[in-house]
Amino acid sequence: MSTTAPRTTDSGGPLTTPGSSKLDPVLFGDNQFFGINHRSEEKAREQAMRFQDLDAIMAVIDDAYASGIRTLMCTTHDRIADVVERVRADPERYDGFSFFPCMPYAHKYADAVTENGILGALNRFMPDEGMLNAMMRGGRSLAKKDIEGIITLLVDAEMAGFAGVRTPVVWLQNVVVDLLLGLGFTDAFAIFAAHVRTRYGAEPGFITMNLPMLLDHLDQAGIENPLVCSNINKIGFRMSGGVEAYQDALAKRPFRAVAMSVFASGAIPPREALEWIYAQPGIESIVFGASSRSHIESTVALVREFEN
Amino acid sequence: MIRVGVVGLGKMGLSHLSMIRAHPHVSVDAVVDSAGYILGVLSKYTGLKTFTDFEKMLDSVELDAVLIATPTRFHAAMVRTALDRGLHVFCEKPLTLTAAESAELAGVAAVRGLVTQVGYHNRFVGTFREAKRLLEAGAIGRVTHLQAESYGPVVLKAKGTTWRSKRTEGGGCLYDYAAHPLDLATWFVGNATGVGGTILGSVFSENTEDEVYSTIYFADGVSGQLSVNWSDESYRKMTTRVSIFGTQGKIIADRQEIQVYLRSTAPELEGYEPGWTIKSTTELTDEVWFYLRGEEYSAQLDHFVQRIGDPSLPATNDFASAAITDRIIELLTADAAAGPATTTLVGETTASTAPKARRGSLLGRRS
Repeated sequence: MSTTAPRTTDSGGPLTTPGSSKLDPVLFGDNQFFGINHRSEEKAREQAMRFQDLDAIMAVIDDAYASGIRTLMCTTHDRIADVVERVRADPERYDGFSFFPCMPYAHKYADAVTENGILGALNRFMPDEGMLNAMMRGGRSLAKKDIEGIITLLVDAEMAGFAGVRTPVVWLQNVVVDLLLGLGFTDAFAIFAAHVRTRYGAEPGFITMNLPMLLDHLDQAGIENPLVCSNINKIGFRMSGGVEAYQDALAKRPFRAVAMSVFASGAIPPREALEWIYAQPGIESIVFGASSRSHIESTVALVREFEN
Repeated sequence: MIRVGVVGLGKMGLSHLSMIRAHPHVSVDAVVDSAGYILGVLSKYTGLKTFTDFEKMLDSVELDAVLIATPTRFHAAMVRTALDRGLHVFCEKPLTLTAAESAELAGVAAVRGLVTQVGYHNRFVGTFREAKRLLEAGAIGRVTHLQAESYGPVVLKAKGTTWRSKRTEGGGCLYDYAAHPLDLATWFVGNATGVGGTILGSVFSENTEDEVYSTIYFADGVSGQLSVNWSDESYRKMTTRVSIFGTQGKIIADRQEIQVYLRSTAPELEGYEPGWTIKSTTELTDEVWFYLRGEEYSAQLDHFVQRIGDPSLPATNDFASAAITDRIIELLTADAAAGPATTTLVGETTASTAPKARRGSLLGRRS
């Protein structure tokens, strides 16, 4: 375990918005830790090798903390539990640090579905197998309370690893949000939102690749001023509905926007990317991942420059 | 509006349903599955009209097209029924379990003038499309060799409980995984003339193979190598890569990027220089109306919808093309079942050098 003290920063203190219910202006992402790179398989593998060591992950998180970042927006990957453990064990060192869990970690479920089918996969991840087994035997259709039960139990299973740390926002991952969105299963959003609020006292968030369409459905679900994270970048990378529709939504619709993929996986130079982002109305926060101190510091410096 | 019925609501079916229901020119008028619990949820929460029986659905709902994503062993009969009723058909891959049946269904669809498509989504990936474009432009000269690979972490222990772990139902690494790089290979260099040295190996599975290795001989003297393993935990998800070697250069493509090496003698091509040129998916991918799990999945459904609107549009992944892939799958199966063919020098004793058919017991049962 690494024992070095966190570096202090001379670049302006924590990047937070104290006394406000707003999110921090910068959230740190975790794709880089798990071999996810949207532009290069080679780079992804290189990162997977480097970050199989927890100390290597913590060193980068410490660099982010030293630059003023106080939030890790993370998947519910098994290895994040180890990061949580480190932070929980040292509350002084990680003063003010929060996790924004994004659930579920979809590949875990997708592989389980291939292996065991949809019900079999659900069974594997449900803490209580009795309910599903009863349904499989009966083959009956599910009542609303069954659906609520399944959704809330799955959320609770994913949240178990975050006990004892701050999780003021809980996100539903885009692959699930967009699956439900396409199906028209709007009620599921409301069930998720209600459970996250009541059980965890947290703000529910929705990650999507289809922002304009999702906003309509969140309206229908009765979720007011929703927290929504989506790709927002100058070149329109993975912004389904088109850049103009996104800009229109940002200008006119009541929602709290978190921008991800602002650099379009490195396709846009940082200054140009952020200059464009801060010229858009209504973006509350950006999420970015990086694996080097210099990259973190230069990005944070740009944010501080444009924020002022 | 194009009226579509979606048949089979497993992993692929549900995601197809989500994407196509979001398509502005499609109305999903029926869904079919054998599992009551899924239908119950969909009917209650999404208002979809649900059926447990395919033919009953066809009898009671007027459709233009069906999207079939059932386990592979049901494809042939369902596709035939749909074509007989004059419906356009999108079917998940592989098309059927026999090359003859796939070819016949392609013929039926052609006679009736129906639009067909099979879910080989890689042909809609920006980087692979760019590779195809470069090959058609003769960018790397005469192609001599192609290497097609897929790896991923699907089967990591012995026991699976779905049809995907049973070869007789269209499960296994060959049908499920290897079909993708094979299909890309035929798209890039054409039909195979033969295969050799095929290994269908088990890593963990009891009733099917987990790895596929083979040498494939294509027309015009192009050779190919196939290397596929769905029991490779070092990959986060399925990863497909094709490397193509030519007299004027080389192309390496996966879903994220295309790396192209051109000799100084290669023909000039806009956007490419002698030496390495690397292009990423971010610059090669067109936006889609709805994104669920990769632009290619949306784009292939849009292609199907567009072709129904205008059947004169050039087809990508029609039944005829999928039948070529099914034929090579059958060649690979036969070649593996025939056992290893090895070469020794005159005078050497074969007993100690010939590899044992270590997976022979698995393969022997199959033919």
